[in-house]
Amino acid sequence: MGEIGQAFAIAFDLVVSLDSDLLEIVLLSLKVSLTALAIACLLGFALGAALASLRFPGRKVIIVIINALMGLPPVVVGLVVYLMLSRSGPLGVLGLLYTPTAMIIAQILLITPLVAALCFQVLRDLHSEYDEFFRSLNMSAFDKMKTLLWDARFSLITVGLAGFGRAISEVGAVMIVGGNINHVTRIMTTAIALETSKGTLALALALGITLIVISVAINSAAMYIGVSAKRRAYA
Amino acid sequence: MLNQIKESAAVKAATPHLAQCQPVTFKDVCLKVDGKPLIRNISCTLNTIGKTVILGPNGAGKSLFLRLMTGLIKPTSGTISGGIEKRTDESGQPAVCYSLVFQNPVLLRRSAYENIAFVLRQQKCPKGEMADRVAAALKQARLEGRAKTPARRLSGGEQQRLALARALVVNPPGLLLDEATASLDPASTAIVEKMIHDADTAGTKIVFVTHDIRQAKRLADDILFVDEGQILAHKPARDFFKDPGSDKAQAYLDGRIIL
Repeated sequence: MGEIGQAFAIAFDLVVSLDSDLLEIVLLSLKVSLTALAIACLLGFALGAALASLRFPGRKVIIVIINALMGLPPVVVGLVVYLMLSRSGPLGVLGLLYTPTAMIIAQILLITPLVAALCFQVLRDLHSEYDEFFRSLNMSAFDKMKTLLWDARFSLITVGLAGFGRAISEVGAVMIVGGNINHVTRIMTTAIALETSKGTLALALALGITLIVISVAINSAAMYIGVSAKRRAYA
Repeated sequence: MLNQIKESAAVKAATPHLAQCQPVTFKDVCLKVDGKPLIRNISCTLNTIGKTVILGPNGAGKSLFLRLMTGLIKPTSGTISGGIEKRTDESGQPAVCYSLVFQNPVLLRRSAYENIAFVLRQQKCPKGEMADRVAAALKQARLEGRAKTPARRLSGGEQQRLALARALVVNPPGLLLDEATASLDPASTAIVEKMIHDADTAGTKIVFVTHDIRQAKRLADDILFVDEGQILAHKPARDFFKDPGSDKAQAYLDGRIIL
């Protein structure tokens, strides 16, 4: 019990003093996950909007697939990206394995289906309301998608948040394709896994605390935006 | 029975935008949904000016008639020609042939101003004219002070007036209203009817779906009485109220319940 208490004390120390190792790991985590989130949102929102507002052959199949991929196991994504990027893989020449870029790719694959599926659910309801209005204006497919995305912007913040939560907290995929190399590809979750297995609980705890603080901060910000939107009755 | 109507409002000068719209002609139009016939063998012609009121009990097929007319739904058999076919103006831009206003206004999750600006932008309205045209539309709907209010925070009457102002801002050749005042109080109904009268005077074709007989008397130039998916009468309003032409229509006017 005393050991754990001590670990907590050191952990708080590390967080409060902004330990340089800790900071490096936190910043890399944020960089990887935010980049992955930005690209996943770009792809996922476009796909979600297209599925919600257009009718094309294969649409239902895509919906089933992205819904199924929402719960994709991170280690499987890691394995697939590893096979693609490894020396003997089709993209081996790019030399991306064990770089932050590889981790970003893995996280994009992991969260794009989630973002697309949730975005589709939000926009489908909005589209059924707007459909006749759109059609009476003879709007182009692109304009329809743009309007739906803009009018659902506050709900889509929650969608982005879900994607970010999954990206920042997963460990399986980034461990395989990043390799948890110190100062290169070590991020919060992989560091926690490593430090725990080494028995250095203080650093692991410090990282754990930081992870929770970041996640609470981001969720509060999103909640605040959502609430103020409701107050202005845009939601 | 389905004679073409002598247009009582024929004196109204045709304005240039009417050139985009042809009279709408229904020929032997049927609509079945899940095998159930909802529109049965309708034939009629609606002129490009004047106020046509589609009157009839709930479930008669009045709203379906409007949706068929705009092309929002396709008939199971028969043809609908005119009106909708010309969807582009001379410059090749999509032109709104009909503007639609529904019983429950569909408003974007934006301010009142942005709701109107949205359709103008779709019509490639020059940026310089935008503010003036939106302001004029809001004024017409008596919503001057509400420009910045989120549309969905307006009262029911204000929302419907905004939807109507948005429908009219593009100077559509045709304005179709589906029970647009069914859930409004008398004051808002009066403003809406005034806006409809003004649009009519400006040369816009009005098609108004209602089950309210007094409203039909106030608005109609000609009446299309619909029941069970069929047109039972299509006459100038004055003639219709004198002689509805069928027992069912007479019963409806007398306030007896048709079953």
